[in-house]
Amino acid sequence: MTDRIDIPDRVLNRQRLLDRLFQTATSVSAGLVLLILVGIILSLFVGGWQALQTFGFGFLTGSDWNPVSEQFGALVPIYGTLVSSLIAIVIAVPISFGIAIFLTEVAPHWLRRPIGTAIELLAAIPSIIYGMWGLFVFAPVLSEYVQPWLQEKFGDIPMIGSLFQGAPLGIGMLPAGIILGIMIIPFITAIMRDVFVTVPKFLKESAYGVGATHWEVIWNVVLPYTRVAAVGGIFLGLGRALGETMAITFIIGNTHRFSTSLFEPGNSIASTLANEFNEAVGDVHTSSLIALGLVLFMITFIVLALAKALLLTLNSRDSGGKG
Amino acid sequence: MSSRFAAQLKRTAISAVAALGLIANLTYADTINGAGSTFVYPILAKWADSYKTKTGIGINYQSIGSGGGIKQIKAKTVDFGASDKPLDVKELEEAGLMQFPIVMGGVVPVVNLKGMKAGELKLSGTLLADIYLGKITHWDDAAIAKLNPGLKLPKDKINPVYRADGSGTTYIFTHYLAKQSAAFKSNIGNNTSVKWPAGFGGKGNEGVASYVQRLNGSIGYVEYAYALQNKMTYTQLQNKAGQFVKPDSVSFQASAANAAWTTTPGFDLMLTDQPGAKSWPITGATFVLVYKNQAKPESAQTMLKFFDNAYRHGDKQAEALDYVPMPTAVTTLVENEWKKNIRDSAGKSVWTDAMIQK
Repeated sequence: MTDRIDIPDRVLNRQRLLDRLFQTATSVSAGLVLLILVGIILSLFVGGWQALQTFGFGFLTGSDWNPVSEQFGALVPIYGTLVSSLIAIVIAVPISFGIAIFLTEVAPHWLRRPIGTAIELLAAIPSIIYGMWGLFVFAPVLSEYVQPWLQEKFGDIPMIGSLFQGAPLGIGMLPAGIILGIMIIPFITAIMRDVFVTVPKFLKESAYGVGATHWEVIWNVVLPYTRVAAVGGIFLGLGRALGETMAITFIIGNTHRFSTSLFEPGNSIASTLANEFNEAVGDVHTSSLIALGLVLFMITFIVLALAKALLLTLNSRDSGGKG
Repeated sequence: MSSRFAAQLKRTAISAVAALGLIANLTYADTINGAGSTFVYPILAKWADSYKTKTGIGINYQSIGSGGGIKQIKAKTVDFGASDKPLDVKELEEAGLMQFPIVMGGVVPVVNLKGMKAGELKLSGTLLADIYLGKITHWDDAAIAKLNPGLKLPKDKINPVYRADGSGTTYIFTHYLAKQSAAFKSNIGNNTSVKWPAGFGGKGNEGVASYVQRLNGSIGYVEYAYALQNKMTYTQLQNKAGQFVKPDSVSFQASAANAAWTTTPGFDLMLTDQPGAKSWPITGATFVLVYKNQAKPESAQTMLKFFDNAYRHGDKQAEALDYVPMPTAVTTLVENEWKKNIRDSAGKSVWTDAMIQK
């Protein structure tokens, strides 16, 4: 038999009130996030409206960025943002994958923790340090050894060769992409390592039991099991690369000229904003910079949306396979 | 419940606002707020420091860039703005502002050439313009060799380096180049940031300095103080009188002394390419912007006393930081303009000679 405990109304009312307050507080906080998101888009749109109205679609396709004649086209920074991030991903994904596999599957146990901690420390280094290191330490090495080698090996191949033309100065699109790659390696590695260790032991041991090699276990057991989360990690890294500012500003060369060569200086959206916003003279210039911010916002948004879509298809395929 | 809660909230809010107002009132009296030029920041900070020890009044200066300084003073969020680019008389009138120069500095070309010592290479304005236009692309070009007989010039490609961020330094530099070359004027023009047809962009003086030190065969332009502090290889320049001069305080002073301050309304004067055999051709001043109509005369007086103190007792500090102080003839002129132009709401002059800082 349960005894009804008499709780005085006063206490009950207080509890109900607190409950309601808590509920309201959490939902207001959650709503605030949406509100801020919409607010940012709106203010970027309003601020950039003058530029969008003046240049129309040409704002996205024009390569002229001239504060004196007030002609603004965002093609060069958009191209720079996408290409430098692409280089970064191409470099970072295989290396991060290798490190994560090493840490979870290959390395002896006593080594895993120190290397893992070192990777996490790398992720905590402020980006301006990467920029300074890139300009003063990495760029000379790159211009002396790496770029001449690339030019010699690939410079004469049609199509690809045009990527490696120009003076090897260690400042430009390729160096920026490589620095970005180094910056996002710790992020992607940390996520991949965390998801690789979630693979149940019995799955791996069963595979080893039926005679699978190390590599077969990684490729056929670990990877399929963690694919979704690993892809999520890559996109997180890509998101960081797209918005990176200081490190890029140091080494990309900050030039609004379009060039197919990766050795030539270029510009990214984030570094253009960092460079020009303070001293933008005239409304059209300021408005164009805000519109540029809107473009970056959209690019990041599209990338994240693509990631979500990819994850969804992977998910449904996985569950379909299992069923 | 909700109405009681709301009433409580309202009371809290009112007292918070009142407290803030009190704080604002307290601080208003003993700080002056300014914003703008990054170029002038080191010396302004120095002046502010010694003024604070002298009078107890602090200067809060945000070095957000000249463009930002102009925007802030127009939005009336600061007591004064500072810009490396003078506003023209029409713009000043429209905003109800007056401007005056407070300190000067020089912009110097710096190069990175193997074996070249500071002050060895001679350049002219048109040559510099052609280099930045991308017309002259190699150091052993006949035009450069012609000005430098006997000097061994390398075959290296020229890498021009410019300021990627908008800056007063770029404004002064392009102002000079546009005066020197019609092609530069029509193709590139004069602004705080322009579209450069060749080269690399570094962020800030330090960015340009490090790119120049990094890239072989490069040429850049930085403020004189940066060139000295980083021991960079600066060049000589040919001035309006046809003489080759080295950048130093003598040549900057000469340029300022020969400038037509007295005859230029609103002090709207760029110091590039001034006459005089000793004048350094790329010199510029930083201008302070204040409102002519001051609703709070006491705080306006405090501000003007600070600038007066800097004019009268700040020269040594300026020189120690490689700035060029304004000549006395100019500062006297400026203070006369204060008397004539800066007034309180009753129309009374805010500045009097009695306020001169001993």
